[in-house]
Amino acid sequence: MTISADHTAPDQAQRLPAEDAASEAVRKFGITVEDYMLPARHQIQMVDQDGQLKAEGEQGTEPGHEYPLPADEELLAAYEQLVVGRRVNDQNSALVRQGRMAVYPSSHGQEACQVAAALCLSDGDWLFPTYRDAVAVMARGVDPVETMTIFRGDWHSGYDPARHKVGIQCTPLTTQLLHGVGVAHAAKLRGEDTVVLAMCGDGATSEGDFHEALNFAAVFHLPVVFFVQNNKYAISVPLAHQSVAPSLAHKAVGYGMAGERVDGNDVVALLAVLDRAVKLAREGSGPLLVEAHTYRMQAHTNADDATRYRQDSEVAEWLAKDPISRMKTYLTGRGLLDDDGAARIAAHAEDVATQLREGLGEDVPVDPQELFRHVFSVPTPQLKEQSAMLADELAREASSEESPK
Amino acid sequence: MSPTITTSSEANGNVSAATARAAASAASVAEASGPQAVTMAKALNTALADAMHADPSVLVFGEDVGLLGGVFRITDGLTRTFGEQRCFDTPLAESGIVGMAVGMAMNGMRPVVEMQFDAFAYPAFQQIVSHVAKMHNRTRGLVKLPMVIRVPYAGGIGGVEHHCDSSESYYAHTAGLKVFTPATVADSYRMLREAIDSDDPVMFMEPKKLYWSKDLVDLEDLGAQHAANAAAGTSSEGRAAVARPGTDATLIAYGPSVPTALAAAAAAAEEGRSLEVIDVRSIVPFDDETVCASVRKTGRAVVIAEAHGFASVSSEIVARVQERCFHYLAAPIRRVTGFDVPYPAPKLEHYYLPGVDRILDAVDDLQWEN
Repeated sequence: MTISADHTAPDQAQRLPAEDAASEAVRKFGITVEDYMLPARHQIQMVDQDGQLKAEGEQGTEPGHEYPLPADEELLAAYEQLVVGRRVNDQNSALVRQGRMAVYPSSHGQEACQVAAALCLSDGDWLFPTYRDAVAVMARGVDPVETMTIFRGDWHSGYDPARHKVGIQCTPLTTQLLHGVGVAHAAKLRGEDTVVLAMCGDGATSEGDFHEALNFAAVFHLPVVFFVQNNKYAISVPLAHQSVAPSLAHKAVGYGMAGERVDGNDVVALLAVLDRAVKLAREGSGPLLVEAHTYRMQAHTNADDATRYRQDSEVAEWLAKDPISRMKTYLTGRGLLDDDGAARIAAHAEDVATQLREGLGEDVPVDPQELFRHVFSVPTPQLKEQSAMLADELAREASSEESPK
Repeated sequence: MSPTITTSSEANGNVSAATARAAASAASVAEASGPQAVTMAKALNTALADAMHADPSVLVFGEDVGLLGGVFRITDGLTRTFGEQRCFDTPLAESGIVGMAVGMAMNGMRPVVEMQFDAFAYPAFQQIVSHVAKMHNRTRGLVKLPMVIRVPYAGGIGGVEHHCDSSESYYAHTAGLKVFTPATVADSYRMLREAIDSDDPVMFMEPKKLYWSKDLVDLEDLGAQHAANAAAGTSSEGRAAVARPGTDATLIAYGPSVPTALAAAAAAAEEGRSLEVIDVRSIVPFDDETVCASVRKTGRAVVIAEAHGFASVSSEIVARVQERCFHYLAAPIRRVTGFDVPYPAPKLEHYYLPGVDRILDAVDDLQWEN
């Protein structure tokens, strides 16, 4: 093993690939392993906020940090998902205002991260999202209405994780990173080439499970890409109160893995960096950490008042960095997108929004007996008693409704 | 007014997942060589090894479980026999151990993890309560989480602080966790095999003061019985046991308190009082049927537990028995538990632990007529 670890046992080294990313960088560029692991000196950006492709020398070509431009088809697919994601965010926020959903943590402004997280994975890979990552979950192929079940309020999760290879969205911070580590570990023991992409936010990097997940993944040399969406606030607490590290990507080197920071509103750079991270992980280079710099344009949830803790001028500054308009300018400029194409994509986004409105607009009947059905594989005697008690209550309620006195 | 007591008479048949593995297990069981003096530690160790032989998806990991074989040697030799991919040391991080086990169980493995001591498991509490217990429920049963968290628990070994907690009530209070605690050498083998076979997560509470207790058992025969039970779809999972039959009063105990209850029953017998001892075995699910049958027969009960009594498993047992057996009771149910204080330092623990005298005093208080 060439990544750090001069304390690694020799027999362990023999099981690992002869060449990994760090040793390749050492050989190819003559840089140290530490230099390979440290993020590039700037955020990797390929398309700037005006939609212009950056000059080659500026777009992440430092030794050990070279990124090719993703293929045209991938860029177009990403753009379509960006437009759908924005429409989904806005539709869901509206449904909360209409009382159709309890809450929706919007990723408006972060759609590039959402889309790239889903598109960089193959079918057999796993995604572990946070509660804010519904757009990534949908982009991975989960039915939009099923994705929203957790927020509509009929059950705590609405989709089958195993079928979609997407962990359930949950509200405790960072705990899902360890589940991703476990999925990767099981796959590795079976000799499968599964990669796990595990997402979290900037606030989550302060939690103990963040440390444990990164350390476990590094020690067991697992194919996990940790993807931190640094949107600058953990509800109201700014990044400066979470960490004083040079960047969150720098945390990687402490665990013996490579870190990279990327413009989180530049879907081109995100695809380039995440594609490479997934490829390296699949080839046996161990885990990697990618930090995306982005911004939550709306409040944490509808219960939050963002004007209490951030300035309008800051929001306006990020509005100019919008991930969708810049991508549209770039693709149009390259002749990859015309008015017809844009109209078709907009129509598709509208279809998804309609699906959400209709699916979340209808009142799905809930089955009270389902309370007892999924606690254990076989209900305990105690749960059977409680189930019978509820059934009796409901039967009496129904009969008194049928025959009013 | 006649008593309106109901108990479930259905045996718990939660062994479907075990059936497929039964054949492999049966094949590895050699000719029985007869009973031998075996420690609980050895029985647990053999149960782990047999389960790993029977099913390649069973993995063992935790702190010091590899070459050292665990601080109590429960995992002794597993790395040597099965390799470091099947039994391995992790970084020192309990939340990491349990959280990683969740992901492995989601992805086709049956992890058996060790929390080195009861109180060392608390950093993993978030993972246990929020994810281990709820994954099956949150996914409407689509994801099963077949994992076992082994917790060496309770006192009586002269341990320093944070090494002797009785933490079973925290887990029993959490819906979605099974909680087992064996008290005998044979049960420790049987119940650990059943826990590993379970498709639901099990908190497996090992009374550490009993690790070195010995019984005459035939481990190979127990393995064969387990294989036969699994093949037939029968199991003793979720059932309490009558550890000693009696007629005058019932002592209800579990885990580390069972031998103490048996000693109290033996002492009472010398004074002409016949005490029945129930070994609860499985705290979740709880076997109301066996416990209540005993209390209805004797009409008197004492619940014994090493944990603090306040808001505890022992409180729960008293409440359940009272609700179901009120009209059979000749006296209020008594409890003998640890005091509601932090587990004491070694020189004080014998004042804290429920002992034979304290149990006999409670039995004497059960409103006897003469």
